[in-house]
Amino acid sequence: MGINLKTGKVDMSHGSGGRAMAKLIDELFVKHLDNAFLRQGNDSASFDMTASRMVMATDGHVISPLFFPGGDIGSLAVHGTVNDVAMMGAKPLYLSAGFILEEGFPLADLDRIVMSMAEAARSTGVSIVTGDTKVVEQGKGDGVFITTAGIGIVPEGVTISGDRARVGDAILISGSMGDHGIAILSKRENLEFETTIESDSAALNGLVADMVKAVPQIHCLRDPTRGGLATTLNELATQSGIGMQLNESAIPVKPQVAAACELLGLDPLYVANEGKLIAICAAQDAGNLLSVMRDHPLGKEAAVIGRVVEDRHHLVQMETCLGGQRVVDWLAGEQLPRIC
Amino acid sequence: MKYIDEFRDQKQARDIAKAIAREAHADRRYRLMEFCGGHTHAIFRYGVQDLMPDNVEFVHGPGCPVCVLPIGRLDEAMQMVETHGVILCTYGDMMRVPGAKRRSLIQAKADGADIRMVYSTQDALKIARDNPERQVVFFAIGFETTTPPTAVAIKQAQSEGLENFSVFCNHVLTPAALGAILNAETPVDIDAFLGPSHVSTVIGSGPYEPFAEQYGKPIVIAGFEPLDVMQSALMAIRLINEGRTAVENEYTRAVTREGNTKAQALVNEVFELRDAFEWRGLGLIPKSALQIRTEFSGFDAEKRFPVQAQPVSDVKGCACPEILRGQKKPLDCKLFGAVCTPENPMGSCMVSSEGACAAYWSYGRHRQKADQEGQSKGAA
Repeated sequence: MGINLKTGKVDMSHGSGGRAMAKLIDELFVKHLDNAFLRQGNDSASFDMTASRMVMATDGHVISPLFFPGGDIGSLAVHGTVNDVAMMGAKPLYLSAGFILEEGFPLADLDRIVMSMAEAARSTGVSIVTGDTKVVEQGKGDGVFITTAGIGIVPEGVTISGDRARVGDAILISGSMGDHGIAILSKRENLEFETTIESDSAALNGLVADMVKAVPQIHCLRDPTRGGLATTLNELATQSGIGMQLNESAIPVKPQVAAACELLGLDPLYVANEGKLIAICAAQDAGNLLSVMRDHPLGKEAAVIGRVVEDRHHLVQMETCLGGQRVVDWLAGEQLPRIC
Repeated sequence: MKYIDEFRDQKQARDIAKAIAREAHADRRYRLMEFCGGHTHAIFRYGVQDLMPDNVEFVHGPGCPVCVLPIGRLDEAMQMVETHGVILCTYGDMMRVPGAKRRSLIQAKADGADIRMVYSTQDALKIARDNPERQVVFFAIGFETTTPPTAVAIKQAQSEGLENFSVFCNHVLTPAALGAILNAETPVDIDAFLGPSHVSTVIGSGPYEPFAEQYGKPIVIAGFEPLDVMQSALMAIRLINEGRTAVENEYTRAVTREGNTKAQALVNEVFELRDAFEWRGLGLIPKSALQIRTEFSGFDAEKRFPVQAQPVSDVKGCACPEILRGQKKPLDCKLFGAVCTPENPMGSCMVSSEGACAAYWSYGRHRQKADQEGQSKGAA
């Protein structure tokens, strides 16, 4: 008898290493994620490589809710790691996936999640070549946690790194800020509000491939996920030992995101994104890079938002929409809603 | 965004800035106290000070409900959750505030206390409904803006017979704080006030009139958008120049002289004046806070869960009290940026989203760095 995908639930036997686990792997994971590496059924995947430089990244996903407007934990687990690999200018090839399942989690939901992972991997052009499943007792997990790791190869002549921003460089972003975080918040328990915003969760490797083809000498790429644009720019400023000067009016924020942020007392520059990137390149390359980004569906709203400046304090500063000047600081802890 | 973008327009900001530069007399200073943390943050987040002439200065007031709450009250809330095992519902602003031994609600939560962050009193009521076997306490803080929703929640709990819900009431009154500042032993050097925005939608502009008259200080009720703050500064400068000690209202799109009488009646029905209440920075102020009336005492957490916190003094060197009185600025505090940062706060002004120190740190730190560099170059 096969596993019951309609009403069945994860139980401790699914993590025991016995027949129940084998069935779950065959009838759910391998069924959706099928590829030659998985079919070999070995403890690890083996493959030949010819690249001179490779990159590897890993990313744990613990999102709540598991399903949200514009995606779910499955697609996010693929996009997150693919993007981390792509931010080195690399072409992502293979992913691993580790699942921690909570006892009692509906198999139907797991099926939906794995199907979504498979679809995300297919459309991104990567294969999930090895995986692992563990089950924890009820109350010791939050439905499902997924950790993915990915490897990719870097094209010749590309040396992208967070410490390469130089004074005079241009700072670009690929689109509007804060969509993912607001989409998630709108579905959080105790905080549901109506919005048409969907998560921007997307794999950026296609966009990056176009960008490094046109401008292989890009200095930095990074996706502004947790902590948003502000936090990620501060990371880059510290890593490169420079300061930044931004222009608030140039930073695209969707009106619905801006409105939700006003209501909740949040700053969109600190809200998470899952399908956007920051690029830093020499000023003379900015025009070319911007037009390549805008030609890609995931970069249509790309914009130059500022420049790299000399600053021994490594501050990110911004000319406000009003014409004044402010610091754009690291986020301290979680962004908390205000009361007044 | 409609009704928001209009109040952040760069061209209008320049026009108001020009008018201020024209009308402010070069031979004098203008010290304007913006009462609310909301104003302070608008000034810093949008860089309003950059658009002002050098002789127009903003002095930050006490209007940050988190900042003026004495540490003892926070400790009492922690006792409710840790000694009496209640679910404590709190607005997010309180979560990082350091209490006794600098322990915050976030740390208490990590230690296992059941503390839930809520966006409104309605969320707290829902938690009470969903957990009938648990006692749920709403940690009510804030000025007159947040008082009516607390009153509504108490009345709602009463009509639903929600016996596991109660309120730890810490609501305080704006005019009392204004009086305390003006009455201080060493009066603060202020030429005019930019009066509260949201608070005034509830209480109206009327309650400020006696202060303006008695102390000879003009008061302009100011909205929280950056253009509101600038326009109010212009109005205040005109009043100062004309020598008029009136209350004027810039925030006419929301504030009337009478305020929201329906909300006022509701608050009066549920709350009454406390004899006195301790304020951080301002000390014990008579008739400056509200308590729950006897008719609703079943929903009064202070009656239901006896707590008694030891008085706790502020961290040595912390200038929050002087900052809340407008006598110092965050950069005058020796701890600012050295040992006191948002990650390692010594006082609530550094963690509250409306705190003056948080505004300086998050948005205005470049000024401090520039000043320091200027000084060290000068010394060399």
